[in-house]
Formats: sequence, structure tokens, C-alpha cells
Amino acid sequence: MWEFLSRLFGRENEASKVAAKERLRLVLVHDRTTVSPCLLETLKEELLDVISKYMEIDQAGFEVNIEQGDDSMALVANIPIKEMKRALSRTKN
Amino acid sequence: MPGKALVITSGKGGVGKTTTTANLGLGLALRGHKVALVDADTGLRNLDVVMGLENRIVYDLVDVIEGNCRLAQALIRDKRTRNLVLLPTAQSKEKDAVKPEQMKELVKQLKDEFDYILIDSPAGIEHGFRNAVAGADEAIIVTTPEVAAVRDADRIIGLLEASGLYDPSLIINRVRPDMVRRGDMMDIDDIIEILAIPLLGVVPDDEGIIISTNRGEPVVLNGRCRSGEAFNNIVRRLEGEEVPFLDMRGDGLLEKLKRLVGLR
Ligand SMILES: Nc1ncnc2c1ncn2[C@@H]1O[C@H](COP(=O)(O)OP(=O)(O)OP(=O)(O)O)[C@@H](O)[C@H]1O
Ligand SMILES: [Mg+2]
Repeated sequence: MWEFLSRLFGRENEASKVAAKERLRLVLVHDRTTVSPCLLETLKEELLDVISKYMEIDQAGFEVNIEQGDDSMALVANIPIKEMKRALSRTKN
Repeated sequence: MPGKALVITSGKGGVGKTTTTANLGLGLALRGHKVALVDADTGLRNLDVVMGLENRIVYDLVDVIEGNCRLAQALIRDKRTRNLVLLPTAQSKEKDAVKPEQMKELVKQLKDEFDYILIDSPAGIEHGFRNAVAGADEAIIVTTPEVAAVRDADRIIGLLEASGLYDPSLIINRVRPDMVRRGDMMDIDDIIEILAIPLLGVVPDDEGIIISTNRGEPVVLNGRCRSGEAFNNIVRRLEGEEVPFLDMRGDGLLEKLKRLVGLR
């Protein structure tokens, strides 16, 4: 009965507008945070500078990327360490 | 005081920029303002036919910029009101025949003489878009209640900011109350929530627009048309008046029943 009523009043079709809004929301999450390769490269260089103060990094394997999930994004960095800086590890102890 | 230059833009093509430019321009002129319409869609000239002025064109925007004629010679006076002129663009030239700096200068000149300069932007985000926004003080974004159009509008908001045009306002065109009521079309609140910019107007999908465009007579001339009324309301909002938005939910069966049994 309820089903009949809701069909009569067009409730059943609400899906299409809801779907439109949801898809739009997701696609805009992505659009709005699109990062240019150039910006990513600058970020990478600055990260390298900072981290190099504390440890020696394998520059060839150093990677920074934006990863896109279904409804989330993450900045993912892979930073292989060659060696901790001896001077620093000593002062810490 | 110099006039105000408004660019009408959208990102996505075919959402109603030219129709909006023609109607707001004529509407403003009929209410006593001096208005210049600039067609910035070089290579795809449209505004002249929508305005019904295509037979009067001698010179165009590219002629002015290339120095083939003076600006005043290229301005076509409207047949309905002396307050309105159209600066058509070239149909046979490439979009890059004009540079943003040149557009800026041209719009500046127009601002000395007119209260409103409405610039009809081409679709897209390339050269033509940059020309269209170059001389503008404010932007009006036109969208339809569809995913792709709203997405492109969002992109345009960002690009406008990058060109120093903050706080654009939004016109939602081709709304179908019957579909909104059924839940098959995003409604005004949905779109405003997503784009987060102020709403300037809502224009219903209306076959009257196609009929009036066939005749070259913008629909603002017809007060009985719902879309004409919508454009007239936008004109008054541009003048600073507060005008309520047309109710796009209309009266569905459910609403009628509810009212009948006293639920609202
Ligand atoms: N509210 C409306 N109801 C019905 N038809 C409409 C409405 N608005 C625009 N149209 C029609 O849609 C078509 C496209 O409109 P218009 O040319 O104004 O769009 P545009 O954004 O300028 O397109 P382009 O990106 O190609 O320049 C035209 O045929 C026009 O008559
Ligand atoms: Mg157009």
C-alpha cells in the first residue's frame, strides 16, 4: 500500500536527484583538490630539504603522490631512509 | 561615474549564456539604463540573431581592434529601445584575433558611455573565455540543474578567482518544476549548497524562449511568459531591488492534496 502511495506521489523517483547530487559532490571533491605536477614537485623538494636535516634519504626512491579514494584523498609519501644522521641521534640520547 | 561590466559565463556550452545576455540587456535598457552588449564568442557569432539585429551588422569587434573602424561605428542600435547597443563579433575570424589586453581597453571605453556592459562569453575555459573576463568587473555564472553543468560552473568559479573576479552570482536556467517535484532534478537549494555562491535568479525551462528566439525578440518583451518574468526579476535584482524567487516546486498533486486536507 505504501509503495503504491509513494509511487502515486512520485517518491520512488527521488533516486535520480539524490544520485545526481551525490555524484556531483564526489566529483567536486576531486576537481577542487587537483594538484598540479609543478606544485607537487615543489612540495617534494621542500620536504626533501626538511627531512634531510634529520636523516639521509635515498633520493631516487623518494615519491610523493596524491591518492584518490572513493570519497577521500590522501597525500602519500614513500621516503626510503639510507641512514640516520649520527650527530642527531646522539644528541637525542 | 563609469558603468559596470558584467561577464556572463558558464564553462559548459549551451546552458543559456547568450539567451541570458540578450534578455538582461534588453530588460535593463527598457528600464532606462544605457546598455552595451558585447559578443565575445568570436567565430561563433550568436547574440546578433538572438537579438534580431543580424541584418544591421557592418563592422564588428575585430574591426574595432584592428583599427578598421571606430568603436562608435561598430555599435548597432537596437530597434526597440535607443538605450541599447550591440557590439557584434567577427564570424570569420579565429578566437585569437583578439587579446585580453585589447578587450580590457575596449570595455573600458564602453564604460565611459554606458551604465551596463554585458559580455557574452563563449563556452570553455580557453582564449575566448579569458578575453571575455578580461574587462569585466563582475561575473554572472549560468548553469542548468545537471551534473556536468554544475561541475563546470564550479571550475569556472575557481578560474574567475584566478583572474581577480571574486563573488560571482548564479543564474540557474532551464529548471523544470515538474521534474523537481518528482525528485528527478536537483533543486535550487541543492545547487546553491554545492556551489556556495549567491543566487541571482532562476529561469524555468520554457518553450516561449525558443519561440521568441525564432523571432529575434527576447522573451523579456513578453511579460506573460514565466521565463520573461524570471528575467525581469533578475533585472530588478541587478538594480538592487529585493525580489522573491519564483517558486519552482509549483503545485504538485501532493501539495494540492495537503492543502485540501489542511496540512499546510
Ligand atoms: N530557459 C530556457 N528554456 C528553453 N530553452 C532555452 C532556455 N534557455 C536557453 N534555451 C535554449 O537553449 C539553447 C542554447 O541557449 P544559448 O545559445 O543561450 O546557450 P549558450 O550558453 O549561449 O550556448 P553556447 O555555449 O553555445 O554559446 C538555445 O536554443 C536556447 O533557445
Ligand atoms: Mg552563446
